[in-house]
Amino acid sequence: MKARLTIAGAIAALLIPGAAQAHRQWMLPSSTILSGDDAWVTVDAAVSNDLFYFEHVPMRTDGISVTLPDGSSGKIENAATGKYRSVFDVHLTQPGTYRIASVSSGIMGSYMLNGKRERLPRGTTKDKLASAIPAGATDVRTAEMSNRNEIFLTLGAPTTTIFKPAGEGIEMVPVTHPNDLIAGETATFQFLLDGRPAEDIKVTIIPGGIRYRDSLNQMDMSTDKDGRLSVTWPEPGMYWMSASIGGGRAGGPGASGASGMGQDNAGSQDDGPAGPPPRRASYVSTLEVMAP
Amino acid sequence: MQISHRLLLTGTAAFGAAGTIATPASAQTMTLSVTLPRLSVAEYHRPYVAVWIEKEGATPRTLSVWYDVDKRGGEGTKWLRDVRQWWRVSGRSMKFPADGVTGATRAPGEQKIAFTAGRGPLGALGPGNYTLVVEAAREVGGRELLRLPFAWPPKPGATVRMQGKSELGAVVLNFGK
Repeated sequence: MKARLTIAGAIAALLIPGAAQAHRQWMLPSSTILSGDDAWVTVDAAVSNDLFYFEHVPMRTDGISVTLPDGSSGKIENAATGKYRSVFDVHLTQPGTYRIASVSSGIMGSYMLNGKRERLPRGTTKDKLASAIPAGATDVRTAEMSNRNEIFLTLGAPTTTIFKPAGEGIEMVPVTHPNDLIAGETATFQFLLDGRPAEDIKVTIIPGGIRYRDSLNQMDMSTDKDGRLSVTWPEPGMYWMSASIGGGRAGGPGASGASGMGQDNAGSQDDGPAGPPPRRASYVSTLEVMAP
Repeated sequence: MQISHRLLLTGTAAFGAAGTIATPASAQTMTLSVTLPRLSVAEYHRPYVAVWIEKEGATPRTLSVWYDVDKRGGEGTKWLRDVRQWWRVSGRSMKFPADGVTGATRAPGEQKIAFTAGRGPLGALGPGNYTLVVEAAREVGGRELLRLPFAWPPKPGATVRMQGKSELGAVVLNFGK
């Protein structure tokens, strides 16, 4: 229980979407479908309760990457961070579909040292794990996490080069292109976990504009054995899509350990069966659904 | 009836059975009359208008697009996506300007354009049921779309007429005799 609280705190600190806190991380582009040979999109990026309003903390922009339609790397421009939100621009000069993503991975966990439970430092990575645990530490509990928050923009006709999976964490592979979504139509997406189709991943989709209605209107779905799910868009607008495994509200594999997420790697007797550390991963995207 | 425009395009079947249809000695003509309403609004811009034809199972074919062709640096293309249904079915895979298809925006009143089968953007049409679609989107204004069904080959002198409510007035398709 203590470990759960500790780790939940670490999650909140890292601004991870879909975590125990109700806060939602998101990027909101000014447009997702563009015409012309040269276009700009400006993006708001924040962590908040209501979608899509800035009322909590800004999202950090230093980890945001741009993938151009041909697969090469682009950049964000004019980034600024205010009290409640960050803003940045993306200059589109190549026809096709772009990805704007904030991807992170790392190890979180804790250990006992001199009778006290200590938390692994923020930003610990897999290769630095050994050096992050001091000599004499016992009851080491770790979880590997991968977080992805991405949006898609298309100049001209949609393309699919950027959807080649990286093979880490939760990824979305379109069956229906994410820049080709229309109210009243059904879209299908496939979810992967570490590069393989992810069965029974819980996915939540919430339409924006929460402030001006009483009901969340959230759609809760699970992926099928091929990692796929289909959603029929009730109305045009911006939608927040979130998936996670290994803790927090979403549950999933890794959430069922004795302490929720702890795993005994140091030979202590008191927790769960031996095995690899639980996998934690989250995915967030903002999707624009057009009117027919 | 609803043609699916999703990106999962399978084939790009041509409208005509290419090569098998010889253009008749007197080619079939088609005249489209589009009335753009005169609107009394504080800020008026002429609408962007797209005209295209659809046939189930075939790639839609753009016949005409009116937009701000003369804006510096091709800036007028920025708003083409607001003619959103056309943008999805055809516009987004086109290059601008497009020869024989794109032209300047037009003034309120009746605007006529003529097409000849086998020539220009209309090209050859195989027999079957088609829909001609007219979509108008106006800067700081609204958007409207009208669908005019017709059969090919048409009855000589046949007319299809639709009435718009906001951004389009009467839209009339006339087939030559």
